[in-house]
Amino acid sequence: MCLGIPGKVLAIVEDGGVRMGKVDFDGIVKDVCLAYLPDIQVGDYTIVHVGFAITQLDEASARESLALFHELGILEEELGASEDTEAGP
Amino acid sequence: MKYLDEYRDPELAARLFDEIRRITTRPWAIMEVCGGQTHSIIRNGIDQLLPAEIELIHGPGCPVCVTPLEVIDKALAIAARPEVTFCSFGDMLRVPGSSQDLFRVKSLGGDVRVVYSPLDAVKLAQQRPDREVVFFGIGFETTAPANAMAIVQAERLGLTNFSMLVSHVLVPPAISAIMEAPRNRVQAFLAAGHVCSVMGTWQYGPLVERYQVPIVVTGFEPLDVLEGIRRAVTQLEAGRAELENAYARAVRPAGNQPAQAVLDQVFELTDRGWRGIGSIPQSGWRLRERYRRFDAEARFDVGHIHTAESPLCHSGEVLQGLIKPNQCPAFGTQCTPRNPLGATMVSSEGACAAYFQYGRFIPSERVEVAG
Ligand code: SF4
Repeated sequence: MCLGIPGKVLAIVEDGGVRMGKVDFDGIVKDVCLAYLPDIQVGDYTIVHVGFAITQLDEASARESLALFHELGILEEELGASEDTEAGP
Repeated sequence: MKYLDEYRDPELAARLFDEIRRITTRPWAIMEVCGGQTHSIIRNGIDQLLPAEIELIHGPGCPVCVTPLEVIDKALAIAARPEVTFCSFGDMLRVPGSSQDLFRVKSLGGDVRVVYSPLDAVKLAQQRPDREVVFFGIGFETTAPANAMAIVQAERLGLTNFSMLVSHVLVPPAISAIMEAPRNRVQAFLAAGHVCSVMGTWQYGPLVERYQVPIVVTGFEPLDVLEGIRRAVTQLEAGRAELENAYARAVRPAGNQPAQAVLDQVFELTDRGWRGIGSIPQSGWRLRERYRRFDAEARFDVGHIHTAESPLCHSGEVLQGLIKPNQCPAFGTQCTPRNPLGATMVSSEGACAAYFQYGRFIPSERVEVAG
């Protein structure tokens, strides 16, 4: 839960007055709130916590982290939880 | 070396280990604050590959682990109500309350759901005006901006069927509490990188000053942790106490200011009990007065809560770094991730779970370092 996962902003939309976006985590695409990064643009990388982009990251670091997380299976673990899935750390 | 092949850059890892070995002349105790760092350390055997002089003390930075039992019991009572749809991060479902966990409430027919983001719970409240949707708002400064935004959004949408059970905890007061504990052995801190992505590093300078303790803002990948340790040891050996940022790629000194503004708008400081540790003054956030109508504790009278921690569990000592998980008599026998007696065995960020997952059954086992 507390882990932040880097991803790439694919699209930015306005949803109910909130700045939202689609973020790609190495193939897994999620809706992410971008309200806290008002300057982030499509194509930029960010670290996402529980559906919120909290800080920007350069592409090289983001890619390195993603590769590592992918290897360790952390991506699925962190992003897998959707509505009504069973809990599991 | 046993684990080095698994590093993203084994050569760099080896160089960092060599450098740490070279500069270490005396015993040092360093605390990694964040549970993600603990996980990384145990998974990669960092503690076993470091020189014997360096002891890593696992800090209380696992939000699942420190959420007070009383709050868990309140969550269970609220989740069991027929009109409530209770939403939580997945890690909270198996956290043992006094007599059961959320998972059990769910299997008994409670409407308990795992959501990825607190905004999902807001959306659910919007779609289901017939249900009381409650979100379990726990965590450190990393999850707080998300929870704060959920409150703002619920207000914007005029929702009357959304509320949050808030139990936020903060890192800087925990560092103070650790430094002021009579039995404290911590001589340097690796501060939690993503907490600082949100809050910046400015809160930590005064702590460095007051306690003359090195604080190194550190990421949680193995190489990040090693670099944080290297910098902490360098300071300790030189007799310096400074604030350093070893995670500059994700942490700016000012932090995320839009997030800090919303946090300040929604939350105010409060005393907070930490599971296994006790109350720490001004160590948490609760909803400000103007958002109190979204406070689940105020909305649902859960009556008198009687808490009872398992008498076998030593997680308080684990969380304070006084014992290692495998020194707890119940570790791996009565207490396992499938049947956890304490919160530190539940979350993958908990020290007991990390020790169990990576087979650390024997206390102070160290591997021979070859090469
Ligand atoms: S091993 Fe289990 S019983 Fe022992 S301290 Fe950890 S959580 Fe508690």
